[in-house]
Parts: sequence; structure tokens; C-alpha cells
Amino acid sequence: MIEEGRALFLQIAESVEDSIIDGSLPEEGQAPSTNELAAFFRINPATAAKGVNMLVDKGVLYKRRGIGMFVAPGARELVVAERRTAFADSYVEPLLTEARKLGLSPDDLSNLILDRARAGRGEASDATEGTSR
Amino acid sequence: MTDVIEVSHLTKRYRDVVAVDDVSFTVEKDTIYGLLGRNGAGKTTVMSILTAQNFATSGTMRIFGEEPYENARVLSRMCFVRESQKYPDDAKPSHAFRSARLFFPNWDQAFADQLIADFQLPINRRIKKLSRGQLSAVGVIIGLASRAEITFFDEPYLGLDAVARQIFYDRLLADYSEHPRTVILSSHLIDEVSNLIERVLVIDRGRILLDETTDAVRDRASAIVGDTATIDRFVAGREVIHRESLGRVSSVTVLGALDADDRAQLGALGLEAAPVSLQQLIVRLTQHAAGTASTDPAGTTSEEIPR
Repeated sequence: MIEEGRALFLQIAESVEDSIIDGSLPEEGQAPSTNELAAFFRINPATAAKGVNMLVDKGVLYKRRGIGMFVAPGARELVVAERRTAFADSYVEPLLTEARKLGLSPDDLSNLILDRARAGRGEASDATEGTSR
Repeated sequence: MTDVIEVSHLTKRYRDVVAVDDVSFTVEKDTIYGLLGRNGAGKTTVMSILTAQNFATSGTMRIFGEEPYENARVLSRMCFVRESQKYPDDAKPSHAFRSARLFFPNWDQAFADQLIADFQLPINRRIKKLSRGQLSAVGVIIGLASRAEITFFDEPYLGLDAVARQIFYDRLLADYSEHPRTVILSSHLIDEVSNLIERVLVIDRGRILLDETTDAVRDRASAIVGDTATIDRFVAGREVIHRESLGRVSSVTVLGALDADDRAQLGALGLEAAPVSLQQLIVRLTQHAAGTASTDPAGTTSEEIPR
């Protein structure tokens, strides 16, 4: 669950963001407390607090005095936008590097991606497939 | 943040052995520290001096702003769980807990009872007859249930199996969340405790090698992996603390955080940067310091690589 070598508080913040993106933490819903995060990830509460505070500073979470942390309205949009910006760097760039190493051209790559995407969609969504063929 | 412990120029000499060599550091209130280092590095000596169970040869220290020696005001607020705690011959765990209850003002009996059940400790068996793990459990229970403002755990897990160690870590975190206090945990199972501790103190041959937040330490080094000649170009001018090679491929551990430019350069050169775990970093730093022993303990200038 936790990887070595990356700042823990960032990983905690990302895991909360993941729950916001997949909808398990809805906007205006109560976010896990620092102590709950610390117990769940088995980390120091100060580290968990640092992750939570980072999300507060970003406007993803907000504090209701005496009650706890809540997901801010618009948080999901904010997080998704941020992840999309980072997507090229964190996923596309390494993909291109490895492809270059293996002699795959960007065209080969895009074909691979389209093939996989089709296979993954499978029979479930035949209707949408027509356009991409 | 207030400092609950201030140590300056602490030295402990046994005849011709210098166990603690001119050590200075402070400990913040309500923080979990990892006191890490090899066997014989001086961890236990430092802790026993801080708890007034041993005398310093020179140097000064303040616990809660006071001298700890024969100072009941200070001592009752500290708990030292020794790795090799001795008990009277006929003592049973129940006796040890009863004494602890008298001594520690914040003792929580309900918490102690819960821990006894968690560790499945036979409290009416003589301590002499307990297994090594059960003996460690006695110390761990006293250390946790005493809720002392400063608690020292010196290698508290000897003989504890993986399940019991996990119980210890979980209970420590949960109770610390409810009742924040200062905990100094000495360990050489660095990977196991690295997520629990907020600050790291690494001690090596009686000197402080590292005194930082765990988060800062995590970014402190990277292992660069790739073609040996290419790596040499990249690491020129950086501080290398370790190097190993397999054929034409090398893995070189460098100090210093990598910025975006560094990462771009790595990508262009076809090199990879792998994170270095706290345990690896400490092993490397300790080895590196051993190779440059007579100079600066942090090895800030040397390019020398011990083999």
C-alpha cells in the first residue's frame, strides 16, 4: 500500500484524493480523520496530519470546527484537473521512453493503445465501437 | 515546539573506550523519535544517561529543563524500557505492573489489562520462567500503560514474533494519537519502524550521524541505475555514498534531492533513479562514515567510497 522512498504525506494525500475521484468519498462527505489515517496506514499521526493539511491548503478538504474534515465542493473536479496535468509526465513520458528502447514508434504505440482499449471494452460496449474502426 | 530534552556536548568514556563522543541534540515534545544505529553505537548508553541510570563523563543535559539525577520531579515523568531489564528472582509480571502503577502518575490500569490480553501474557508465572518474547512483552506493557511524558523503548521487541510486534506498533500509534507524548524508540529493524517515527536520530560510534525529520530523510538520497560510463557523467560533482556494479551496469547512491532538471537529464541519458529506503540510506551512511572515519562524520567533503 505504501511505497518506499516517496514522501509518506504525499502518498496519504493521494490516497484520499483517489477516494474522492472514485466517488467513495463524496463532496461534502466527511473525510477520514488524521488518527484514522494513521491507524489504517500504520504511520505517524503527524505525517498523516501533514497530508491532510496539504489537502486543506489545496482546497480539497475543509475543516468544520469541532466536527472534522469534509470534502470541499468542487474537490473532485480540482483533483481530476490536477491529475490530468500530471498524466503526461507520470505515464506518457515513461511509456515513450520504454517504447523507444524497444524500437516501437509513436504510431505503433497509438495502435497498441487503441487495440488494448477495444479489447478491454470488449463485448460490453459494442455500440460505441463502430466509430473507432 | 518545546524541547523536553536538551543534550549538549555529552561524552561517556569507559577507560579507553569512548562510548558517547561529544553528542548534542534536542528532543521535541510529543514526537516519536527513532534512535537508530548499529549494535554498540551508543544508543543504550545515551538513553541510560538521560534517564539518570548512568553518569556522563562530561557534558550537560536538561530534561524538562532540569537535571535528572536524583530528581523525582523529572524521573516520575520518564519511563525507560530496557532491553535487558532485571527483575527480582521471585517476581511475577503482576508484581512488576503493581510497582509500575505506584511509580507512574499517568498509569492506566485498563489499558495495561487490555495489553496483557493482547499479548496473552501469563501474569502469575515467575518472570524467570517467561520466554524471551513474554519478557519483552512485560516491558512493552509497562512502557505503554505508564503513559510517561517521555518513554524510551530500547529494542523493545526482542523475541517478539511478527504478530506481537505489529500489536506493539498498532497500540503505540493508537495510544499516542489519543495521548500525545514523547517516545524514543531504539531499533535496528529500521524498515519496520520507519513509518512510525517522525524524526530520526542516527548514532554511529558514539556520534550523531543524522538528526532530521523522517520525511526529509526520504528525499535525501537516490540510487541511480544504468550504464556505468553514463552514470559517471551524471554523478560528477555529486556526493556518492555507495557504488556497486554488475557488468556494465552500475547502481550509485548519491546524496541530495533530485530536482526537475536532474530528472530530465536522467531521462535523456537513459538512467533511472530508484528511491532509497530509510534502512538502505542509514546502512550506506554508516558504511560511508566508516570509510571516512577520521574526518567529518557526515562525510560532506569526501568522494571516497569504502569497499
